[in-house]
Amino acid sequence: MSAAEPTEVLGAEAISRSIRRIAHEISERNEGARDLVLAGIPTRGAPLADRLAQAIGDIEGQAPPAGSLDVTLYRDDYATAGPRPLGPTDLVDSVDGKVVVLVDDVLFTGRTVRAALDAVMDLGRPRAVQLAVIVDRGHRELPVRADYVGKNLPTSRDTAVQVELTEVDGVDRVVIAPDPADPASRDAGGTS
Amino acid sequence: MITHLLSMEDLDAEQIGHILDTAEGFRDIALRPVKKVPTLRGRTVCNLFYEDSTRTRTSFELAAKRLSADTLNFSAKGSSVSKGESLKDTAQTLEAMGVDAIVIRHEQSGAAQTLTRFVQARVLNAGDGWHQHPTQALLDLFTVREHVGRLAGLNVAVVGDVLHSRVARSVVQGFATMGANVTVCGPPTLVPASAPSWGCEVTYDLDGLLARTDVLYLLRVQRERMTEQFFPSSREYARIWGVGRDRLARLPDEAVVLHPGPMNRGVEVTAEVADAPNALITAQVTNGIAVRMSCLYLMLGGEQAAPAEPVTQATTAEEVAAR
Repeated sequence: MSAAEPTEVLGAEAISRSIRRIAHEISERNEGARDLVLAGIPTRGAPLADRLAQAIGDIEGQAPPAGSLDVTLYRDDYATAGPRPLGPTDLVDSVDGKVVVLVDDVLFTGRTVRAALDAVMDLGRPRAVQLAVIVDRGHRELPVRADYVGKNLPTSRDTAVQVELTEVDGVDRVVIAPDPADPASRDAGGTS
Repeated sequence: MITHLLSMEDLDAEQIGHILDTAEGFRDIALRPVKKVPTLRGRTVCNLFYEDSTRTRTSFELAAKRLSADTLNFSAKGSSVSKGESLKDTAQTLEAMGVDAIVIRHEQSGAAQTLTRFVQARVLNAGDGWHQHPTQALLDLFTVREHVGRLAGLNVAVVGDVLHSRVARSVVQGFATMGANVTVCGPPTLVPASAPSWGCEVTYDLDGLLARTDVLYLLRVQRERMTEQFFPSSREYARIWGVGRDRLARLPDEAVVLHPGPMNRGVEVTAEVADAPNALITAQVTNGIAVRMSCLYLMLGGEQAAPAEPVTQATTAEEVAAR
């Protein structure tokens, strides 16, 4: 148990501004909302995808479809860490020919995104796949980079970074808690 | 969470709920263009079948394949078993080839349990003698929960050849564990005296039972296991214990009918009932794959080095956090 209180690095206002900015970037880069599908990675990616879809709808007049994409069965740590609870996958019909924007809370090692790419490909053949995250904390273990980032948050490897959302945690904020040499809490901080 | 899946008796309500919840996640995989996930890549699952089987073996095989495991099908016919090889030697031979899980069906009660003493691999009981058939009970629970929406408080009637049925033992225990009220019903010659100890009532009045039944579970008359005459004729059995249109009409409107298959149409169940809209018999088969995927997924994860330790990932994480 760490003695230090978690430090808030982003508040509710900042998160909602980030989402609005990312929504603008997505619609600018894709010239509108046509053919877009937002795929949130559970748990916190899913409500983020819904919020992003709504924000894009505010800009473009029509919100793109958003759903959740569970990557549990595609993770590379099943053989070491064991089975994790499955999340829902409710992505709209087909992703064939669509631009799929993966949405997650924290980008960390890149392993979750690697799993998500495999999961998307099993649903069809998207025209392109992009990645949006609220926090990029570095320490990549795979050649993965985000197309849209809310905030770059350079941290040490052992620091726990937690994005909290009203839908899941009852509050919108990003906190960091230094928690040295605790692999369990590092994991909870989003092995994204 | 579970090291070996041997008997419904070993599972508590929380474990059963966890298996069923996980199976929900696997059900939709069958609807996707790619009906496969890479989770069990590199693992090998062996189907070791000493008895004939269509649906259980193919269902386990598909479940393992959809999880990307390698599968090995072994049936006693045409193997070294017909040369007199023992279960122990056969199992150890398979283990020496690097099998991670063994799905076993055997005519002897307790064979699956015995197997766990010989091998390090995870063992899944796919039916042992008159004893247990846990994945059948799990898929039945899943199917009823899917169609009725709950299990607790349901009135379940298990009807027919209870004596020879491993399905009956597993199903009665499974429903009872989940809080349903189970009644067993059949000819007195085919209801074992020990039935009340499984957590159920016993009655010989089928027609009286039907009006207060939410789930009617019909058992197959197991002619191949009968060593003596338990009832005069199939026709008489069908008349007294079989369920046809008339008995179907006595069930409450929202009641569902299950049968583990293979059916003896015209004996315990008429074709009309088997094909009725509230018969869930094909749904049982479909759900069997998802439920077996769930069992394999929950049993084969993590380090395989020490399978004797029934430690769940959650406990391990807690232990790490507590340090």
